[in-house]
Amino acid sequence: MNPRTSMMQGNIAVAEGAIAAGCRFFAGYPITPSTEIAEHLARSLPLLGGRFMQMEDEIAAMGAVIGASLGGMKSMTATSGPGFSLKQENIGYASITETPVVIVNVMRGGPSTGIPTLPSQGDVMQARWGTHGDHPIIVLTPAGVREAFDMTVQAFNFSERFRVPVILLLDEIIGHVHEKVTLPDPEDLVVIDRKKPTVPPEEYLPFEIDETMVPAMANFGEGYRYHVTGLVHDQTGFPTMDEVKIEMMLNRLHGKLDKYADEIIQVEETGTEDAEIGIICYGSSARSARQAMRELRDEGIPVGMLRIKTMWPFPTDRIRAFADRVSHLVVPELNLGQIAHEVEHASCDRAEVVRVNRITGDPIHPEEIVQKIKECR
Amino acid sequence: MDYQKYLRNENFPHIWCSGCGAGIALKAILRAIDDLGIEQDDVAMVSGIGCSSRTTGYVDFNTIHTTHGRPLTFATGLKMARPDMTVLVVTGDGDATAIGGNHLIHAARRNIDMTVILYNNNIYGMTGGQASPTTPLGDIGTTAPFGAVENTFDISGLVIAAGAAYVARCTAFHAKLLDDLIRKGIEKKGFSLIEVMAPCPTAYGKLNKKGSGAKMILDQKDAAVRIAKAEKMTAEELEEKIVIGVLVDRDIPEYIQSCDAAVAQAMNARNGSA
Ligand SMILES: Cc1ncc(C[n+]2csc(CCOP(=O)(O)OP(=O)(O)O)c2C)c(N)n1
Ligand code: SF4
Repeated sequence: MNPRTSMMQGNIAVAEGAIAAGCRFFAGYPITPSTEIAEHLARSLPLLGGRFMQMEDEIAAMGAVIGASLGGMKSMTATSGPGFSLKQENIGYASITETPVVIVNVMRGGPSTGIPTLPSQGDVMQARWGTHGDHPIIVLTPAGVREAFDMTVQAFNFSERFRVPVILLLDEIIGHVHEKVTLPDPEDLVVIDRKKPTVPPEEYLPFEIDETMVPAMANFGEGYRYHVTGLVHDQTGFPTMDEVKIEMMLNRLHGKLDKYADEIIQVEETGTEDAEIGIICYGSSARSARQAMRELRDEGIPVGMLRIKTMWPFPTDRIRAFADRVSHLVVPELNLGQIAHEVEHASCDRAEVVRVNRITGDPIHPEEIVQKIKECR
Repeated sequence: MDYQKYLRNENFPHIWCSGCGAGIALKAILRAIDDLGIEQDDVAMVSGIGCSSRTTGYVDFNTIHTTHGRPLTFATGLKMARPDMTVLVVTGDGDATAIGGNHLIHAARRNIDMTVILYNNNIYGMTGGQASPTTPLGDIGTTAPFGAVENTFDISGLVIAAGAAYVARCTAFHAKLLDDLIRKGIEKKGFSLIEVMAPCPTAYGKLNKKGSGAKMILDQKDAAVRIAKAEKMTAEELEEKIVIGVLVDRDIPEYIQSCDAAVAQAMNARNGSA
């Protein structure tokens, strides 16, 4: 058997993906159902020359990963709902300071302490809008263990390349499911590191506006002394109240993700070419949807499925194109329709959006999706 | 000494009011760094939010102006990534002991190697004079219009109890002593905190009719008692006094060194049993 093949839990795949991507600093605070990620990295990182810290709370963990990233270490934190709420202010800080960091949120039922051990997809909107103010963010949602590994690597790559915090959203099912996986050979992995300045320190503009839209990033202690602040700043990194400079800075901050949208936004389409009815799904709900689609196709009902891999920026165009070809878009999710709203906006009345929701902590059954789709006909 | 070397002159004039203690503390920090001969590239200064925390914008080091109350968390991550760097944290009484109080006691408990210079002005200066955890009982803040009724934090005492290796207190008047205390704090391997009693004439001073910044600094001079003398005084005699000097200086295990030692031991055990 391939030595890289094993039965692996989703959370462990995230931890292994982080290591493979070059993450060498992790700071966190225990919370179910994410704790296995911290525990695995507590055992592994120090032996690889990395560092692990259990902080006093999630706010501290978020601050620490930003600090470590500025020091040049690829950094990650992991949490679940209540802890994710606590991290929000500093996530905004990472966004405006363009500090690469990866934040894992293994979603559990909310609000508040909610249903700690049961799955939910209730944080998809918080992942987009949890911190205050308009801000760029990338959010990825895996639907299986191998994909949890791959997406963690990708989360680091996006975050380093575009200098943006990247949130990896798992639900409890994906975090805790065990699957047989064969991990890729480390040599076959694409690992991207932040772009370093090529100019001498006296010419370095830490937040330079150029055609790439992503400024080169010097690590602290490498001779490029600069200032990092959560205040709106100009290209030098120092705060500014100049309207023109503020606008230039914010345009670049938001524009950089638009510029690379084609690379960032990923979906998986199955059977969408001949579909008459579509399913839009993500995370564990996609597993139920896949099963439902199989059963319906066996009965001769042409159903297609678009699985969201990049949740934010939202794959509006891809969903709109799909909506053009089908009568209905069925959206199963473990919340009260957070993404269905967004699908409605994307679909623009081209297709009717039908919701399948559940917030009681058990997964959506394929049968429920089958039923809903039959009702659509 | 050439202060200009350490300043980002393009960012002046600074935002501080005349008579504010912040500038005095800043100069003392620069003298300490200069004295120790540490390269600017090797110094990181991390601050929170507040008048005091604006210090990072004016100094030519690697600087991070973080979120309110959280500078110690950022500094902790940075120090973990770059243990070779000298990490300084500049914070205020509100930043460090109200919103950031939990981080303060835990950073001290870990005894992670960094030096905190805390400007204690007994008020929230930046937001215009609200009561802070160090506003003396009965004193006025805009949110304590009838006088503060909450007990105050003894910041140095808190940090000593939490386990810091080095804790000192000083006033803005005793600027020479301050250099010395900061220098020793930086030299100390472990968590160091220097509490600087820094007058805020604009918010605290005005609300409490304390006079000009210069007057407030002279009042601090009168209230200050050196630690050696204070040790011979009664609690009653020390009321309203500011005890200055090195309050604690102890050799205890530093956090990152302890981490590294534990990992080295685990690796040795593995290699031994292999
Ligand atoms: C999360 C958050 N809450 C509140 C504020 C508003 N705020 C800015 S500075 C400050 C108080 C600063 O007081 P202190 O730390 O004592 O510093 P000083 O201005 O007195 O030097 C407050 C409450 C903020 N920026 N962020
Ligand atoms: S308000 Fe007070 S603390 Fe702030 S700059 Fe003025 S004097 Fe200094």
